[in-house]
Amino acid sequence: MSYLAVEDLSISFGGIRAVDDVSFAVDEGEVFAIIGPNGAGKTTLFNLVSGIYFPDGGRVRFAGRDITSLPAHRIAPLGLARTFQNIELFEHATVLQNLLIGRHVHRRSTALSHLLFLPAVRREELEHRRRVEDVIDLLELAHYREQTIANLPYGVRKVVEVGRALCLEPKLLLLDEPTSGLNPEESEDMGFWIEDINRDLGVTVVMVAHDMGLVSRVAGRVLALNEGRVIAEGSPVEVQKDPAVVDAYLGAD
Amino acid sequence: MEGVTLSQLLQVLVNGLAVGCIYGLIALGFVLVYKATEMVNFAQGDLMMLGAFVAVTLIGDVGLPWVLGLFMSVLALAVFGYLLDAFVLRRVLGEPQFAVVMLTIGLGFIFRAVAGLVWGYDPRSFPTPYTGKSLRVGEVVVSYENLTILLGTLVLCVVLFLFFRYTRLGIGMQATSQNQLAAYYVGIPVKRVFSLVWAISAGVAAVAGILLAPVSLVQPGMGFIGIKAFAAAVIGGFGSIPGALLGGWIIGVSEQFAGVYLPAGFQEMAAYGILILALILRPEGLFAQIQRKKV
Repeated sequence: MSYLAVEDLSISFGGIRAVDDVSFAVDEGEVFAIIGPNGAGKTTLFNLVSGIYFPDGGRVRFAGRDITSLPAHRIAPLGLARTFQNIELFEHATVLQNLLIGRHVHRRSTALSHLLFLPAVRREELEHRRRVEDVIDLLELAHYREQTIANLPYGVRKVVEVGRALCLEPKLLLLDEPTSGLNPEESEDMGFWIEDINRDLGVTVVMVAHDMGLVSRVAGRVLALNEGRVIAEGSPVEVQKDPAVVDAYLGAD
Repeated sequence: MEGVTLSQLLQVLVNGLAVGCIYGLIALGFVLVYKATEMVNFAQGDLMMLGAFVAVTLIGDVGLPWVLGLFMSVLALAVFGYLLDAFVLRRVLGEPQFAVVMLTIGLGFIFRAVAGLVWGYDPRSFPTPYTGKSLRVGEVVVSYENLTILLGTLVLCVVLFLFFRYTRLGIGMQATSQNQLAAYYVGIPVKRVFSLVWAISAGVAAVAGILLAPVSLVQPGMGFIGIKAFAAAVIGGFGSIPGALLGGWIIGVSEQFAGVYLPAGFQEMAAYGILILALILRPEGLFAQIQRKKV
């Protein structure tokens, strides 16, 4: 059975069918890309999968479990993390604090044991620190560890957000436009990290992307959407050549 | 008035700090709710009034032991705050700020009317085990009532500080106040956090009411000092917890000094005079937390 299975998913806003009967399946260990022109419904699809919108019809299954009607804070502990196109970080906190809060779902100790500074709390805290440091090393964020997000350049914030998602120790990572707003060099780094995350950490990745260079490099399979509907699915090369995709991007004759 | 002596100044200062603590605690309620939910709760003073009435009822009428009565009153208000958010305020979340302001002003009117119906409009006194006792330090007299206000505020602030600094829930609340969406996606139940913030804020209001009751009288209109507390919150920066307390002290102390050393009428104006001054000189507040919204 597929790791992430989206079945006949639909949602309307007013009279607009933003996502219209979309189905796809992602296997464990894959890098899966979703492409499409502006307004195709890519981010809406992400919001449906990650529990910020609830669909009018259809189902979402993750690791064999129906998560269609679970809210975001219940989905996160199952091992599903995401990032946002426009970056949602805790602006007035440091990089380290942002990453530490990414471990929120793994915190077990109670308020009382925290206030008493019990040894178990210390052990737990050290474990969280160690995991966060691993992420900092992986994404080369050491230099920015103590800096406040508000003072960081856009490209670094984008990486911090991926880092925070990794601190959740996800099994499935949803990346919404991981390279939007990045310069070519930063985009290239992001591509390498996505490969590392997938290959070394064994995280299944589903990403929304505009950057076909990135998609061709890291994605195994691609789903193309237009006006809320699936218009093509296959390898990056196949999808790029698909007449429906060409029409969607360039306009039909 | 004979010459101004140091002990007299100290006396006025202590009284001012005690009143300031009350303003500060109500201001704290404003700030907690605002930071987490971006709502301004104009019924904060009236929640304090309800807290005082519940305490008078439980301790004075029902006859519960003093400490148990206090604890139950704070708990009752916390539950009330939680439900108020879950059933009323959640409906206006995300609506324009003006809708929230009107709603909470309306809630304030309802609370006062209900309090009048249930408990009557006659001011009631709130006897405590320590009423009438006082501590003398040199020539300065600190009544036990004022002493409890000062100590009670201190203890409450330490508890809140530890809660926000060290507990999972407290840190989750801080995170929520910075970015609700991000908090939601790291697994923080944002709706429940909002309701819990309201619970804490109402509980803090109850503490303020219970501390104030012995030195004031308990009556439905006592919540109007919430307006001065609002000024205190603004002076403090409206997003800062230490700022709220400091704002409360500044207003409390200057009010007392105005009452003693300036002609009649100045005491009532002091809070607003300082507010206007603060808005002119340092509009972002003493502890600036709110950056201008970037577009």
